[in-house]
Amino acid sequence: MTLTEFLSSPALSSRRSGPHGHIVLSSRVRLARNLKRHPFPGWAKKPERVKAFDILQEAVQTLPQLKDGFIESMENLGPVDKQILVERHLISREHAAKGTGSGLALNSDESVCVMINEEDHLRMQALRAGLQIQEAWTTIDTLDTALEKRLDYAFSPELGYLTACPTNVGTGIRVSAMLHLPGLVLSEQVNQIIQAVNKLGLAVRGFYGEGTEALGNVFQVSNQMTLGESELDIVERLTKVVAQLIEHEENARLSLVEKQPKMLLNHIGRSYGILSNAHSISSKETMNLLSLMRLGLDMKLFPGVDQSLINELFIITQPAHLQRQISEKLTAEERDLLRADLLRDRLQQICRPQCRFPDPDGTGLDKPSAS
Amino acid sequence: MLCSLCKKNEATVHLSQIIEHKMQTVNLCEACSKAKGVDNSGFSLTSLLLSLGSPVETTEAPSELENVVCPSCGFSQADFKKVGRLGCAQCYETFAEPLRGLLKSMHKDTHHVGKVPRQMITSQEITHRIQQLQKKLDQAVAAENFEEAALLRDQIKQARTELNQLTSTPPGEPAKNRPASTKRP
Repeated sequence: MTLTEFLSSPALSSRRSGPHGHIVLSSRVRLARNLKRHPFPGWAKKPERVKAFDILQEAVQTLPQLKDGFIESMENLGPVDKQILVERHLISREHAAKGTGSGLALNSDESVCVMINEEDHLRMQALRAGLQIQEAWTTIDTLDTALEKRLDYAFSPELGYLTACPTNVGTGIRVSAMLHLPGLVLSEQVNQIIQAVNKLGLAVRGFYGEGTEALGNVFQVSNQMTLGESELDIVERLTKVVAQLIEHEENARLSLVEKQPKMLLNHIGRSYGILSNAHSISSKETMNLLSLMRLGLDMKLFPGVDQSLINELFIITQPAHLQRQISEKLTAEERDLLRADLLRDRLQQICRPQCRFPDPDGTGLDKPSAS
Repeated sequence: MLCSLCKKNEATVHLSQIIEHKMQTVNLCEACSKAKGVDNSGFSLTSLLLSLGSPVETTEAPSELENVVCPSCGFSQADFKKVGRLGCAQCYETFAEPLRGLLKSMHKDTHHVGKVPRQMITSQEITHRIQQLQKKLDQAVAAENFEEAALLRDQIKQARTELNQLTSTPPGEPAKNRPASTKRP
C-alpha cells in the first residue's frame, strides 16, 4: 500500500474534532527512547544504524496499536510523500530528510506515529484533536510500556531515559498543543503572552515546530524541561496553561468585537474576498487568510459553513498536497496558480460574511453608523 | 562574538584566569560584566564559569576532559561542542562531570522523577526485598531461631537468583518471549 492510499483523505482528517476545537487544533505527547547497546542515530555509522533499525522495526511491528498500520523505511518514500507527512504534522522536517536506516510507523487513524532513528532511536507520539493532552499521554504511555518489554532501553536511575540531546534526558517527554490565536495576534497581546508562558518554562513555537514562523496565527506550546519533573506533572501543568490561553484568546476576541468591530470585520471580509477571488496566491498568504476566515467562522459570520471546510483547505493548499494532484513537477509559481484555482472553486458556494456580529444579548454591538 | 551569559549582546569584556593550571576564558557584554561585578576585586571567574553551566572555552593547554573519548562509541567532548548531541547512552557516564552543570542549567533538577521501565522497578524491588529479608535473618540468628533463619536464607538465595536472571538477560536481545510473539498471525 502506498502512503497516499494509506493516509486518510484531507476531507476525512479535517472532520476530526475535539474539546475546545475552536482554539486548540491538536494535542500531542511525544516520548524519546534509545537502545542501551547501540550508538545514537546521529553518531552511528550506517551499518550500526541499519542494525538498530531492524531491531526497532521488528519490535514496533508487533505492537497491537500498530496492527494494520503503515510501516516503511524512509528510503522507500519519495520527496512528495515525505513532505505530505510533514504537512500533516506526523514527522519532523529533520526526519523527512532521512533515508536508509530510518523509518516510520503510523497507525490506521494517524493518532500514533513512531519515527525510527530520527535524532533518537525512537520518537513515538500520540496525537489527538482538540485539547486532549491527558488522553494522548495515556495512549503513548501504554505503547511505551509494551515496547519496553521487547527493547532494552537506555535508562539510568539517576538521569532517567537517556537521549541524544541532553535537553530531552529524563522523561524524554514533549507535551504540546497547537493553538489558533488570531484574537491575541490582532489585539497585539501575543508577544506579552508568549513571554509570560516562557517564564513558566514552556516554549512557544511556530506552525512547524522549532525555529518556524507562526503561520496562520498558529502557535505550538510545549514543555522545555524533561528532567526533575514527572510526566503527569508536566501534562497537568501544560493542560492548565493551555486552559488559561484559551481564556485569554476568548477574552481577546470578545473585546475586539466590542471595541474594534470594524477592524475585525475588515480583516475577515478581506480574507474572504482575496481567497475566493485570487488567481495566484502563496502558501503563506493562504494560511494567514484562512486563519482569519476561521476566526470569522468561530464568530458565526459564515452561517451554515462547516469548520471542516477551512481545516481541509488548510491541508490541501499546502505545497506537497497540491503537488500530489499533478503528475509533473510544479514550480512555486505554478503552485500559486493551482492553489488559487482550488480556493476559488471550493469557496464558490460560500456566501460573503455577515456585515455585523450576531448579537448574543440583544444589544447592538456594532457601531450605529455601520451598515 | 556574543556574550556567554545573555547570548544577545556583543561581548566586549574578555576575561582569562588560570584555574587548576588551565587557562579559562569568558566573554561578556558590558551589561553582564557589570551585573556580575567584574570590576570588584572579590570577583571570581570560577563561580561565573560554574554559573554558566556550559563547557567552558579553554584556549591554551586543552583540558584533559577535551581528550576524553567515550570507550563505547568513540565520541569526544569536542564532538559534543560541534553537534550538541551525544554519541551513545554510555556518553552520559563518560562525560558525567561536564554534563552536570549543563543539565542543571537546562532542567528543573538533575535527578529523574517519573516513569521507570518495569524491569528496572523489579530489580530495585528485589534489591529492596533482599535487604528486608537480610534484616529479618540477622534478627532470627540473634534470637537463635535457626529454623526461621534457614527459611529466610533460602528466600534470599531465590531472590538473588531472580535478580541475576533479570540483569543477565536483557530484553533487547533475542530473548525467550520475542520469537513467540512474532509468530502471531
